[in-house]
Amino acid sequence: MDESLMIRVEGLFKRFTLHVQGGAVIEALHDVDLAVGQGECVALHGPSGSGKSTLLRSLYANYQPSRGKILVRHGEGYVDMASSAPRLVLAVRRETMAYVSQFLRVIPRVSALNLVTEPLLDLGAGEREALDRAKSLLTRLNIPERLWGLAPATFSGGEQQRVNLARGFCACKPVLLLDEPTASLDAANRNVVVDLILEAKAQGQAVVGIFHDEPVRDAVADRLFHLEAA
Amino acid sequence: MSAGPLIAAEGSGNGSARPLLAAESLSKWYGLRAACRDVSFELWPGEVLGVVGESGSGKTTLLQLLSGRLTPCGGRVFYHDGDDVVDVHAASEATRRGLARTQWGMVWQNPSDGLRLGASAGANIGERLMALGQRHYGNIRNTAVDWLRRVEIPEDRIDDPPAAFSGGMRQRLQIARNLVTAPRLVFMDEPTGGLDVSVQAKLLDLIRSLVARMNLAVVLVTHDLAVARLLAHRLMVMQGGRVVEQGLTDRVLDDPLHPYSQLLVSSVPRV
Repeated sequence: MDESLMIRVEGLFKRFTLHVQGGAVIEALHDVDLAVGQGECVALHGPSGSGKSTLLRSLYANYQPSRGKILVRHGEGYVDMASSAPRLVLAVRRETMAYVSQFLRVIPRVSALNLVTEPLLDLGAGEREALDRAKSLLTRLNIPERLWGLAPATFSGGEQQRVNLARGFCACKPVLLLDEPTASLDAANRNVVVDLILEAKAQGQAVVGIFHDEPVRDAVADRLFHLEAA
Repeated sequence: MSAGPLIAAEGSGNGSARPLLAAESLSKWYGLRAACRDVSFELWPGEVLGVVGESGSGKTTLLQLLSGRLTPCGGRVFYHDGDDVVDVHAASEATRRGLARTQWGMVWQNPSDGLRLGASAGANIGERLMALGQRHYGNIRNTAVDWLRRVEIPEDRIDDPPAAFSGGMRQRLQIARNLVTAPRLVFMDEPTGGLDVSVQAKLLDLIRSLVARMNLAVVLVTHDLAVARLLAHRLMVMQGGRVVEQGLTDRVLDDPLHPYSQLLVSSVPRV
């Protein structure tokens, strides 16, 4: 396997069986193969219901595939996110893979600044370094300094999304997963996010994302990965 | 693959080569009713394992089996104490008590089960230190003051008995009393159970940061999925004494596979 390959998905299937709804079955992913290299940005593309979110969440091991492999380069080797023990998956998330969800999961009493520094501190960075990096990202993403010390529960949707983005970009992990990163943002902030993604690519980060916003997609994606509705 | 080996489950992670606690096929029967059936798992240093399920699913029985308070009908529990392996139920009562006093902590839903309500807050914290052989009154008191501060109880309440404390303060005192000896493993049974939501947030934040900072392994029994989401790295879902599903916390909550897990998750608005 080529050393610059960061993600390789092989024969991935995901079937949801909804036991509480009469056992209804949804075939969300059918035999998906995908490879993503260093410094590359792949946009998941397809109509609503084609499994974009399911694939992205499966890459992060938030969903459990029914069949297939998701190999992610982690240090010197590869980890199969579809079958590894929670401990190992958490190590991959800590060191290798960042995921920016559409909505920030607010933790009571934890400030925006602490949310953003946490991934870097988890990697063993010094307090000073983590704070500097977090402040520069929050500044770039136009989060006013007076909000930094507050828990984001009361922030607007756009502010929460920008805090979430700052958290995702903070530690520069080798793999970055983005779920509609610009959905609630105005034009100025959209441009900041485009710049951040381009910088991440230039540093060799592999990016997989869902971008509904066409100009953003055109600006960042090297190629589209097409998914068909089942 | 040519570029690198496939990393197996035990190959990576954070250093330690073996689990702190291992349960093997634990079972407990009360007559014909099984409170715990064939439960096996491993818990690693620094890992928080949430045990969820409705009342009567066997969560608390499991906690009592793991901590040696109940004797199983079948199965074993191993605890790694440095290079020694302790078979928790085959060990002497003295060994178990020694572990409970030094390396383990126990946080009960009802703080009065874990505190001496009539003794002062300072004495409640100092007791475990004295059990470890500390005799210097000034040091013990200083440590108690430090722990009151860490759990956000005003220092000037040190001589008050927890009988005079609110529910939230009592629960935080119970945490301080347990963590003062820097245990490696803590059992928690519905730690936020009887508290108002507003008080819960403070306690959860406290538990979250202390667990991370002290690299504690925790077995956390809760029926509250939001608490499990916030604190646990992975979850075991119990029904009728059996583990019906286990996995990464957010995976179990966002993509539950077993019918009972789906029912459990779909029964609360959004966690």
